[in-house]
Amino acid sequence: MHHLDIRNVRSAYGKTEVLSDVSLTVDPGQVVALVGPSGSGKSTLLRVLMGLNPPTAGEIHLDGERIDYQRKASVRAARDRMAIVFQQYNLFQNMDVMGNVTVAPVKIKGRNRREVEDEAGRLLAKVGLSDKHKAFPDQLSGGQQQRVAIARALALKPEILLLDEVTSALDPELVNEVLDTIRALVADGMTMLIVSHEMGFVREVADTVVMMDKGQVVEMGAPKEIIDAANTQRARDFFGKILRH
Amino acid sequence: MNYTFQFGIALDRLPELLQGALLTFELGVLAFWGGALIGLLGASLKIYGNRLLYGLAQTYVVFFTNTPALIQIYFLYFGLPEVGIRWSDYTCVLIGLTLNAGAYLTEIMRAGFVSVHRTELEAGETLGMSRFQQIRYIIVPHIAKYIYPAIANFFIVILVMGTSVGAVIGVDELTGQAINISTENYRWLEMFMVTAVIYVVLTFIASISLALIGRWAFRVKAKIF
Amino acid sequence: MLERLANEIPRFFSGNNMILLLEAAGTTLLMTFLGCVIGFFIAFNLVYMRQTPGVFAAPLRLVAISYIEVFRRIPFLVIIYLVLFLIQAFVSNASLFSIAVIAICIYATAYTAEIIRGGFESVPRQQVEAATVMNFSRWQTLWNVIVPQAWPVIIPPAIAFMISFIKDTALVSQVGVFELTFRAKELNNQGYSGILVFGTIAFAYFTMSYPLTRFGQWLEARLASPGHQKRP
Repeated sequence: MHHLDIRNVRSAYGKTEVLSDVSLTVDPGQVVALVGPSGSGKSTLLRVLMGLNPPTAGEIHLDGERIDYQRKASVRAARDRMAIVFQQYNLFQNMDVMGNVTVAPVKIKGRNRREVEDEAGRLLAKVGLSDKHKAFPDQLSGGQQQRVAIARALALKPEILLLDEVTSALDPELVNEVLDTIRALVADGMTMLIVSHEMGFVREVADTVVMMDKGQVVEMGAPKEIIDAANTQRARDFFGKILRH
Repeated sequence: MNYTFQFGIALDRLPELLQGALLTFELGVLAFWGGALIGLLGASLKIYGNRLLYGLAQTYVVFFTNTPALIQIYFLYFGLPEVGIRWSDYTCVLIGLTLNAGAYLTEIMRAGFVSVHRTELEAGETLGMSRFQQIRYIIVPHIAKYIYPAIANFFIVILVMGTSVGAVIGVDELTGQAINISTENYRWLEMFMVTAVIYVVLTFIASISLALIGRWAFRVKAKIF
Repeated sequence: MLERLANEIPRFFSGNNMILLLEAAGTTLLMTFLGCVIGFFIAFNLVYMRQTPGVFAAPLRLVAISYIEVFRRIPFLVIIYLVLFLIQAFVSNASLFSIAVIAICIYATAYTAEIIRGGFESVPRQQVEAATVMNFSRWQTLWNVIVPQAWPVIIPPAIAFMISFIKDTALVSQVGVFELTFRAKELNNQGYSGILVFGTIAFAYFTMSYPLTRFGQWLEARLASPGHQKRP
């Protein structure tokens, strides 16, 4: 039984089908990377997982149990166990860094504030922002905000972490600090589903690479296989175009 | 509750109500256009006039936007006869609403004027255009697109809210007619409910028409709702 | 004309009259405040209702949207008459003041609802999504994320609306509430010159409206500048 089992999922936006028959699995401690051109449905898959877009067909299982996206309780339970970090960080502008990281555990999960703040302190230290507890999002650089977003997601103690192109909106010089943070999480054994354009990074940390195009899975396998010696023409074209470094 | 609704009696008088609606529309259109001309003049004075002209325009605007339209109309209706000017109730309402509208439209147009780039105006000047010509050929076409939504919305406001004030001194626009008929058939509640419906329909038609005109003439995406 | 005015002015500005007018001004301001503030709270709930998601909430959304779209398109005078006759059909001795406040409330709810909705929608949708995936309930999202960021966008236009409404209350004179315009008509009926009476009353409205309008503009400028946001 896989930790996360995505089977034949479809999703449509109005009349356009954004995901057509997508299947993949994630096991505990695994890092699965989703790559592919824009519009291939990678981000949509993450959104479907978190219940932001409804799946029109297929099933998603967490530890063997099916997530029923029509039932609120089921979606809530799933959201309890997975956390997502968005491309645009989506921090709450009206709260400082500590507030952003602690608001969900304290107010939504009802945990003790002192405990949560201590943990948050450790998480922020881990992402390298110990001195920024009282800063507001608009006082931070993109890279710093994204690290806060990661700390915020980790504060929820998720079983699986979803990263949706978390470096795509950053200036090049800020990308590495975020990638370093993610490397540390991989080293800790965090189960992750990463959508990214950073091919070098993907090749380095991913256990499995899934290439998507036009809402479908084109290829799936170990990084070396997929990126260096892609089997399908589509995959070859894609990797050929982007791997220039 | 000891009140039985009798809509039949109210609806019998629908034709008269609709005639009132016609007058509402007429008043609204006239007051709007009169106000628009004043607005253009006022905005011009505020932007191009010397301190005296600016002060004049500003005083006018400040006075008419901080006093109720009803009081303005009462002043004309009850005050002017004392100096020998005896206007009909219709004229008092028309002039009162026009002056009121002119003040608000002055501000709307002034905002539009200010948005026109200096360079466009300088180009006009070098071509030998007088101030008036600059306003007519450069500014108005340019701002027409930007202020159209604000102006269209203001027209609805005058049409719906402004004209109903006339009923207070006896003008037979829609609300006035409703009052007249109700005093005859005593079906106040039904009459006013029907009147309310007519206003809603009237304004929807007006909004949609103005939005369509906006899209067609100016390529403005004005909101319909 | 001038002799008439010279004659009437001392009598007009007598103590009695001034007290009456002062009370009337107070009534005008009180009505406006009560009606608009209560309307604001009802509007808040109406907007919440309007944004309730889900198929089963469709009737709720419909009711909310219909109320707002309809009552924004009916003249205040018509609303006043409707409230008057509707209430008197049930409660024959209802106070005119309360009828006026209810009418103001109904009108203010419809207009303020749009202001509030605009404020809510000014908060970037992505932050709402972030809250949603962290299992915030709608109510929690509203109070923890939306309202703290929306209120500087909501308050200035809401206050501007209320201040502007001071002028519109002149219409409730039609149902006999003892406010400023009613007293003005009274005095005119007693024989005082229309120019004197309505000129003075216009000035009275002016002194209430203009300073408050400037205050509203100051408030708007203050809330729009970045300086007001919480800073360490």
